[in-house]
Amino acid sequence: MIAFIVSAIRLGMTLLFGATGETITEKSGHLNLGIPGVMCVGASCGCFAEYLYLTAAGENVSGVLAVLIPVIATLLGGALMGLLFSFLTVTLRANQNVTGLAITTLGVGISDYIIDKTGLIYISGATYFKASLPFASKLGSFGEIFLSHGVLVYAAIIVAVLTSFIFNRTRVGLHLRAVGENPATADAAGINVSRYRYLATCIGCGIASLGGLSFVMDYLNGNWEYIIDDIGWLAIALVIFTVWKPNLAIFGSLIFGALYIASSYIPGISFAGKELFKLLPYGVTIIVLIFTSVRSRKKNQPPESLGLNYFREER
Amino acid sequence: MAEAKIKTPLFHIAKRDPASMKWYTGVIVRAVAVVAALIVSGVLIMLLANINPLEVYSSMFDGVFGTERRIWNTLQDLAILLCISLAVTPAFKMRFWNCGAEGQVLIGGLATISVMFFLGDVLPYPVLILVMIVASIAAGVIWAVIPAIFKAIWNTNETLFTLMMNYVAIQIVAWFLKMFVKSGSGVLGAMPEYGLPVVGGKQFLLNIIIVAVLTAVSFIYLKYSKQGYEISVVGESENTAKYIGIGVKKVIIRTLIVSGAICGIAGLLIVGGTNHTISTTAVAGRGFTAIMVSWLAKFNPLTMVLTTFIVVFLDRGAQQISTAFGIPSSISDIITGIMLLFIIGCEFFLRYKIVFTKHAKEVA
Repeated sequence: MIAFIVSAIRLGMTLLFGATGETITEKSGHLNLGIPGVMCVGASCGCFAEYLYLTAAGENVSGVLAVLIPVIATLLGGALMGLLFSFLTVTLRANQNVTGLAITTLGVGISDYIIDKTGLIYISGATYFKASLPFASKLGSFGEIFLSHGVLVYAAIIVAVLTSFIFNRTRVGLHLRAVGENPATADAAGINVSRYRYLATCIGCGIASLGGLSFVMDYLNGNWEYIIDDIGWLAIALVIFTVWKPNLAIFGSLIFGALYIASSYIPGISFAGKELFKLLPYGVTIIVLIFTSVRSRKKNQPPESLGLNYFREER
Repeated sequence: MAEAKIKTPLFHIAKRDPASMKWYTGVIVRAVAVVAALIVSGVLIMLLANINPLEVYSSMFDGVFGTERRIWNTLQDLAILLCISLAVTPAFKMRFWNCGAEGQVLIGGLATISVMFFLGDVLPYPVLILVMIVASIAAGVIWAVIPAIFKAIWNTNETLFTLMMNYVAIQIVAWFLKMFVKSGSGVLGAMPEYGLPVVGGKQFLLNIIIVAVLTAVSFIYLKYSKQGYEISVVGESENTAKYIGIGVKKVIIRTLIVSGAICGIAGLLIVGGTNHTISTTAVAGRGFTAIMVSWLAKFNPLTMVLTTFIVVFLDRGAQQISTAFGIPSSISDIITGIMLLFIIGCEFFLRYKIVFTKHAKEVA
């Protein structure tokens, strides 16, 4: 049971990165369906950087750098993809759905290429990502559930809380929401719509791609054999599931993580039954989506102009 | 007193007037984008694999048209992708963002394979084919119409709904394979004996004929029928549609029935006409590629033949260079991605123009 909870937390926090990043982007009114591709590219950059660092450092590896370097590489890789997306959708005003899907194709291709080309199906740095507090194991099940995780798990929660705070309590957050709800009004109020959208997309993509890194290095222990775009779609589902609220996403991600792995922990379930179980996160998301639209409460709606580009001279 | 300096921007962006645009502007801009994309991907391949780009392009051409067999394979790929693109088109023209073609095709394929699997030796062949057709279309329709109903009545976000339905379909197929493949390998053996009939001795000819007919019908349906007109009005402006008495809800649901039905046919062609088996990756992302193909063709079924061809050419060509030069096959995704982004980006220059500011003479 404890192993189940620990696993759920680790997978959940991976998704939480993705969901937080996508929420930031969507709050600015941009629906980025390229997130799966972005996460793949981010993870590839991070893993590749880790490999380079570990080879270069040889014996004297510093644990801090072994985590910090891949994290920075991942952020940069993700942000770069975000820049590409925002250049096309903000500056060139291309259709967001189509651009996002093309970014996913490109991103999956790039990450797949790197895996194939370098043959890096195992990255050896996982121990640094999973290093936990030394006394965690002495505290019994409490320690195991709350303290035994690697640094990225806690980082995910901190980022989500921080994002939620920025959305609701700061001027920047207010402006960002205004841009996503009604860009024309925001523009009239003197908010630079393009800048907010660019930044929100790039930062969002950077954060989301950390989810990719965390999935490979923490959840999969550095085994990087498969393309990981599945968790990208799951992260998009999580955004809807938690009605665009990063603080809710902390709990939502735990539920998603638990649902996704539950089948492995239920005794006596058939192989076929397992597959049906994996359907649950998506099924639950559909139900939430229907529920929020039927109740149609103002608080729980997607940003008003989600998926629409803004051109000042258009009306 | 310091003079207030007003910064004049170097240029500003204005909307193009579509009426004043020369007919060839569109062709030129798109051609430039395609050439630019080819150059970028050529340079990329050169950097990655150290191969002469011209050799790469000739190799791509060879992979697509090199032998009779390759031409048939190309036509087959073209037919399937075109079929899915035709399926998403009515919905997209109506601005219903159906990202669920992947799932709709897959569930149509699942219906086909179920009929083949369970009824293959029970029913006489002609009846079997008939049941397959009905089942696949019905499955596609169900998968498409559920999000449509919720969109029509409660305005549920269809992009996200259809996206989720994809994964539900994938998991159901995974369940089906684990449940009924007794060997436990999860790979269902091909059952060509229950597949669609082979026409003219060519395995893919029937698929190609069906899709060709479908293309013509779609073109006429969208351009000349009353229903096609209603679709474009709802797509342009839902309010206008309401004022002139079009039942928007009815149009949404009806259009998605059409869309889902064609997706079901695509599933039938993939499973019944090509693979004779199914896997969770049978659609292989084509449900998403189709969206881009359809959008690039401006939702015109005839132009779509061309845009589909570009994508299929890149895909098959890249597969060829990956085997010929020993570079990973994922290069095809990268090249396709670059090409799509360039074509998507170039639309900007068709819709907007950049006006450089003429510096006014200073007034003394």
